[in-house]
Amino acid sequence: METLIAKYNYWIYTLLMMVGLYAMLAKNNLVKKVIGMSIFQTAIIIFYVSIGAKEGATIPILMHSHEETVRTVEYVNPLPHVLMLTAIVVSVATLGVALSIALRIHQEYGTLEEEEILDQIQGL
Amino acid sequence: MNDQLPALIIVLPLVSALLVNIAGRVGRSYCWLFTVLVMTAVTGCALGLVSRVMTQGIIHYRLGGWPAPVGIEYVVDHLNVLMLVLISAVSLVAAIYSGPAVQREIPEQTTSFYTLFILLVAGLLGMTITGDAFNLYVLVEISALTGYGLIALGQGRAFLASFNYIIMGTVGACFYLLGVGHLYIKTGSLNMKDLYQLLPSLYSSETIAVAFILILAGVWAKMAFFPLHTWLPNAYTYAPTATSALVAPLMTKVSVYVMIRIIFSVFSPEFAFHISAVRHLVVWMAVVGIVTGSVMALLQTDFKKMLTYLIIAEVGYMVGGVWLANRAGITGAVLHVINDALMTLSLFLVAGVVTYRTGGHQVRNLQGFYRIMPWTMAAFTLAALSMIGVPPTVGFFSKWYLMLGAIHGAQWHFVAALVFSSLMNALLFFRIMEMAFFDAPDPAQAWVGPEAPVSMMAPVLGTAVGLLAVGLNSRVIVDRFIQFVIPAGL
Repeated sequence: METLIAKYNYWIYTLLMMVGLYAMLAKNNLVKKVIGMSIFQTAIIIFYVSIGAKEGATIPILMHSHEETVRTVEYVNPLPHVLMLTAIVVSVATLGVALSIALRIHQEYGTLEEEEILDQIQGL
Repeated sequence: MNDQLPALIIVLPLVSALLVNIAGRVGRSYCWLFTVLVMTAVTGCALGLVSRVMTQGIIHYRLGGWPAPVGIEYVVDHLNVLMLVLISAVSLVAAIYSGPAVQREIPEQTTSFYTLFILLVAGLLGMTITGDAFNLYVLVEISALTGYGLIALGQGRAFLASFNYIIMGTVGACFYLLGVGHLYIKTGSLNMKDLYQLLPSLYSSETIAVAFILILAGVWAKMAFFPLHTWLPNAYTYAPTATSALVAPLMTKVSVYVMIRIIFSVFSPEFAFHISAVRHLVVWMAVVGIVTGSVMALLQTDFKKMLTYLIIAEVGYMVGGVWLANRAGITGAVLHVINDALMTLSLFLVAGVVTYRTGGHQVRNLQGFYRIMPWTMAAFTLAALSMIGVPPTVGFFSKWYLMLGAIHGAQWHFVAALVFSSLMNALLFFRIMEMAFFDAPDPAQAWVGPEAPVSMMAPVLGTAVGLLAVGLNSRVIVDRFIQFVIPAGL
């Protein structure tokens, strides 16, 4: 129970990741798959952001710029957050591409249910 | 100027991807010319890097002048300089070839096609040259996103194929990113060289083992290693001709390169290969992948789809070769990355000519082709012999090293898989040759005239000659480049 609470950020990200993975693999509707993919990516963003956190630390903006040495324990690690800015851009781009392709699929087959699309392909 | 080559080779295509839109505004036909010129310049940069690496050794390029662990670093060594030349040369050939194919299949999307084309090349070159684990993720996604778009430019089933590729590709990239996150937790670094120095003291840690597994799983999904291959056949089959000529030879091969880079330059062979049970498991997976790919290829009636299953079998060759974990096996795997890219390029170029001439890419479209398209079929025959592994074509040499590696490591099932796959390839290609030679051509196709435009035929014949030229120079590639890649002690 101790480790469950102490490492709750990891549990949350694992849970979210599984939800996303489940939706991507098990859902029949293409938009639901895309949403699953987005949840999956968000889980990883949460993971990264949480590893930058420190107990009792504040946002990484220097409070006393005249200080000679920066005491790193006072600030959260900004690097994972910066990395995630890039990852968010990537995930938005992926989401956009995936949705636009889902739109084309809908124009082509008139449905977003994977089984119905496959039936139509088999029928051809 | 010469010092800036590592940056130029990426910046040039990145900027050109924007500029090609201006060319497209002026006139659609300029896009092709512009892309060919850019790819020529990129190939020039790659060749310039080869001469620099051969004279000065490994190049470390600091982006923005920031030193290594803090800033992003581009590293050019003997392994990735080969990859840079391969990628730029294959893209140049594919760019020349794309002209008539784009005009016929996707004239409305010419500008978008070439924008994505150039961006994809930038992404692949970046994946190869970068020395930073997170930067690699971004470049993987650049090449993947452009790849999804390029595939979705096809018709009909291309959309669904591209969609499935997005799902699988994103899962792969996310696993990679997660693995890098685990490495970062433990080491606080993202620079590959830095990681390589920091990691050995942490090898006993479970987090590092998890990171290694996550990264490998991610890269395997990207390269369509069995059993994560299901997205590949449809995506590559239904893509437009010009797309598959670029994507099919390069995407999986660059992912194999990334795997080799991760094992040798981030982790070490001692760590990656130290559990023999894992090593054997991966070789077994490669064996199953090779056998499945070959058998599935034999069952196809669609020519392009048949080639896609062959790619899956060839990925098994390369991954298996690396995990044989001995000198000959790894030499074979690296050599096969180059050779397989050339063979796949050659076969997809031929498939593109068939599509251009007959409007389809079924195997039966090739009926009587030796009579109506002798030059194309000459190139096809050479590529087929190379896939089977007949000397002096490229396919023979890498298979030879892989075979030596497997025998040396006493992995007899891998030897058997290589032999089986060669036999299946022989069966498959001789069956097509027989039909193309003896069956009467479809009367509708039997018009006289040139086989295809010069800009398509020149790449087809050039690549076929390349299969022989590179094959005869295998020794040079191994002696001057690949032998420096393999870590001491293997």
